[in-house]
Amino acid sequence: MPPEKLTMMANQIGRFFAHLGPARAPEEIADHLLKFWDPRMRREIIAHVASGGGGLDPLAAAAVALLAKEVKVS
Amino acid sequence: MTLIKETDYGTPEAINEKTVSLTIDGHEVTVAEGTSIMRAAMEAGIAVPKLCATDSLGAFGSCRLCLVEIEGRAGTPASCTTPVAAGMVVATQTGRLAKLRRGVMELYISDHPLDCLTCAANGDCELQDMAGAVGLREVRYGYDGANHFAAAQDTSNPYFAFDPAKCIVCSRCVRACEEVQGTFALTIAGRGFASKVATGSDDFLSSECVSCGACVQACPTATLIEKSVVEIGQPEHSVVTTCAYCGVGCNFKAEMRGEQVVRMVPYKDGKANHGHSCVKGRFAFGYATHRERILTPMIRDNITDPWRKVSWEEAIAHTAAAFKRIQATYGKDAVGGITSSRCTNEETYLVQQLVRAGFGNNNVDTCARVCHSPTGYGLKSTFGTSAGTQDFDSVDESDVILVIGANPTDAHPVFASRMKRRLRAGAKLIVIDPRRIDLVRSPHIEASHHLPIRPGTNVAMVNALAHVIVTEGLVNEAFVRDYCEWDAFQDWAEFIARPENSPETVAAVAGVPAEEIRKAARLYATGGNAAIYYGLGVTEHSQGTTTVIAIANLAMATGNIGRRGVGVNPLRGQNNVQGSCDMGSFPHELPGYRHISEPATRAIYEKIWGVALDAEPGLRIPNMIDAAVDGSFKGLYIQGEDIVQSDPDTQHMIAGLSAMECVVVQDLFLNETANYAHVFLPGSSFLEKDGTFTNAERRINRVRRVMRPKNGYADWEITQMLSNALGYPMHYPDPAAIMDEIARTTPSFAGVSFALLDRVGSVQWPCNEAAPEGTPTMHIGGFVRGQGHFMITEYVATEERSGPRFPLLLTTGRILSQYNVGAQTRRTDNSVWHEEDRLEIHPHDAEQRGIRDGDWVKLESRAGATALRALITDRVAPGVVYTTFHHPDTQANVVTTEFSDWATNCPEYKVTAVQVARANGPTEWQESYRQHAERSRRILAAE
Repeated sequence: MPPEKLTMMANQIGRFFAHLGPARAPEEIADHLLKFWDPRMRREIIAHVASGGGGLDPLAAAAVALLAKEVKVS
Repeated sequence: MTLIKETDYGTPEAINEKTVSLTIDGHEVTVAEGTSIMRAAMEAGIAVPKLCATDSLGAFGSCRLCLVEIEGRAGTPASCTTPVAAGMVVATQTGRLAKLRRGVMELYISDHPLDCLTCAANGDCELQDMAGAVGLREVRYGYDGANHFAAAQDTSNPYFAFDPAKCIVCSRCVRACEEVQGTFALTIAGRGFASKVATGSDDFLSSECVSCGACVQACPTATLIEKSVVEIGQPEHSVVTTCAYCGVGCNFKAEMRGEQVVRMVPYKDGKANHGHSCVKGRFAFGYATHRERILTPMIRDNITDPWRKVSWEEAIAHTAAAFKRIQATYGKDAVGGITSSRCTNEETYLVQQLVRAGFGNNNVDTCARVCHSPTGYGLKSTFGTSAGTQDFDSVDESDVILVIGANPTDAHPVFASRMKRRLRAGAKLIVIDPRRIDLVRSPHIEASHHLPIRPGTNVAMVNALAHVIVTEGLVNEAFVRDYCEWDAFQDWAEFIARPENSPETVAAVAGVPAEEIRKAARLYATGGNAAIYYGLGVTEHSQGTTTVIAIANLAMATGNIGRRGVGVNPLRGQNNVQGSCDMGSFPHELPGYRHISEPATRAIYEKIWGVALDAEPGLRIPNMIDAAVDGSFKGLYIQGEDIVQSDPDTQHMIAGLSAMECVVVQDLFLNETANYAHVFLPGSSFLEKDGTFTNAERRINRVRRVMRPKNGYADWEITQMLSNALGYPMHYPDPAAIMDEIARTTPSFAGVSFALLDRVGSVQWPCNEAAPEGTPTMHIGGFVRGQGHFMITEYVATEERSGPRFPLLLTTGRILSQYNVGAQTRRTDNSVWHEEDRLEIHPHDAEQRGIRDGDWVKLESRAGATALRALITDRVAPGVVYTTFHHPDTQANVVTTEFSDWATNCPEYKVTAVQVARANGPTEWQESYRQHAERSRRILAAE
């Protein structure tokens, strides 16, 4: 899927949880991605970040990093 | 099978705990205080003759037929207008009364055509019945006096005729239009002998009449009669079933002659509609037998090929082989399915089962994706379950009604009539909507506050209302402390009290004066029982879910949850959109809104279905289309859904479908999506199958077959055949067995069965051991999730912004006479009211562009352009334009964009930046689309 679209969607999610701040928001955003995004979407955004792709807001980027590090994506 | 005739008690039921005992014709009768003598008699089985009385209308006392004698009282009072009193002794049949009644009937009949034998109402005429009941044997006045026999018929309405020659001026039609429908389109013009029913216009069609049918139903003669009855004759049996249009879920009696529907008559015992109807459910059923309906399966290799008719066996085998090949080539996740909100719960359940168990993935979604998916997320997060909190009857006890982003008189007309009745009785109304919807000002109704917000500012507005409530000390702290998480409330209250949420700040964003916002907030918080009703104007935004949460916060903060008259009420769009969500149509949820990642829930279905289920969420519809364009999604089974016309960004949708190798459309007609399909499986209409629909108030209603499926199979049977061909066996004998499995596996449906529904009519889930006959009001004494959860709802402006290139904001919606993509209603006479989509534009914006009413205009966004004709109106604010999406010639969604709700991907239909300019006619894209559609619908002649 187009990384720009996934990036925009992740940033939108990030903005909803932004009020939680950098300590708690990434975890909530990552949880949302786990619960509602199909694995291929998660794989693709992780790959996008891994390949140096930009566009993610800091909180969304932190959430994707959490996904990449801690979550086994099938 | 017989023709169901409901008892007419003559006057409405009196609701009163106090009772009164009296004697009627020697029988002791005890009824609620306030009951009329007429009704008390009928409750005891004593029918008092009547003509102007019927129990859907208040007593009128004009026909003088229902006279009775009361011991100790002078004269012969009308039993319809005289309330019972303790110890009263009433006689309904005496010589004096018989003489009076015969005299009255003589007068009526002296001015009534005596054509009973050829009259269409013969056998269903109260005047005829009453002539018999009073023993009419002669008309002493003769028939040569002045009369109305030459009065011209009005046949302008496509569905019913008005013959004033047969009118007895009982005013039932006028009163039905006022009291039941609330439109006030009819009146009695003239005086004395010149009195006649009038529309205030030249005829019914050009009048304010909304064709709900209430007048026709109320008419005791053949004056107002369905044209279908005139054409076909009186029905001989009837079956109670549920309408397949909007989420109100009205019950109807399908009145039949053999397998032909004569008419659909709203069922008085229907708990959602109480005997009322709208133009769609009442009259627009002809699509089921429309000549364009496809009854034979068809296949083709390429979407540019003509269709080839094949047998059911070949179509099913072909589809199964294609899906197997795709999965073998591209992986099990390369296919998916879409369930239909127009099909039954049982059919929807089977499609999600086919996807999860047969395809082996969770790529299943439903049209709620594009309407109320934010309701699911928002209400589950705050209250604990994804559903409206009340039944429709609850509105009778509301003191303040807040309507936000909904247009009930067009989209949920039968409930709107109910709401209007309550408003006429004194409840206050707040409307938050960019358009001046009809509710804002209609006969005897005027909103206390209309907040015409700029599209896309819902969150800011609801936050501002909450700000006033928190900062002016209007929070119901006792409720919050008792029923909600106090810490979360405090965090929310601190957030909402910030200056950025104040009406003064929001006024600039939303375009509504701060003082109006403050007044509306105070009214909501202090006006008594306050209920919120909302629709797609809330959900179809990039912050749709956030608005739903903000609404829930507002209701919790004021304690407007957990009793009658209050609540948060999503007005669901399609007949079974609630049910399709309940049945596990979302890719992340199994039936009953249980996440697919929960091992215990998966285990329930794994045991019954005999397969291991994937624990990962699947693709949502927009994700499927993105994945198709990207090449990882290749096959789609679509039951009763037209995503090319209904979903946003049409060109992207077409690109996705065109990239797939097997698109299967199961539908009544070759809809727009079928233009990009490889297999067409003919579907069955709601008249042709058994099952259940669940309406917006969680009410599970029975759908009953009144004719055999014209295509050969009900939709659930087709899904079952496909599943079996795919190698995943399904052997349900009937829909009742499917519901039994739903009940066994879904706690909120545990008590539901066809036997229960047949016994009690309908039930609202949860229906289980704790609530054996359902739950009209949710969250009484505590929330489903335990404690109500306040959530922070920061306003984030949509990225879709107007600017120099696209300076206007487009919002889309529906109109009363058409339904969604119009596949059904466009194939009925409803098109006389709306034969094309029009673009509503404010006079100021039109003048700036040199646009006159009726001109062709090009409507363009960054996604695409279409052309349609303009309707100049100040119903929309300057800077805002509006259109419907009912007609494929327009394809309004070629203009809407890919932007969607942050949580659910529900498209942002309600905010699209556009430009409007004069045009000469359809765009090139429309023309090329039309040509493709024409080519795509070719069907090879049978060999």
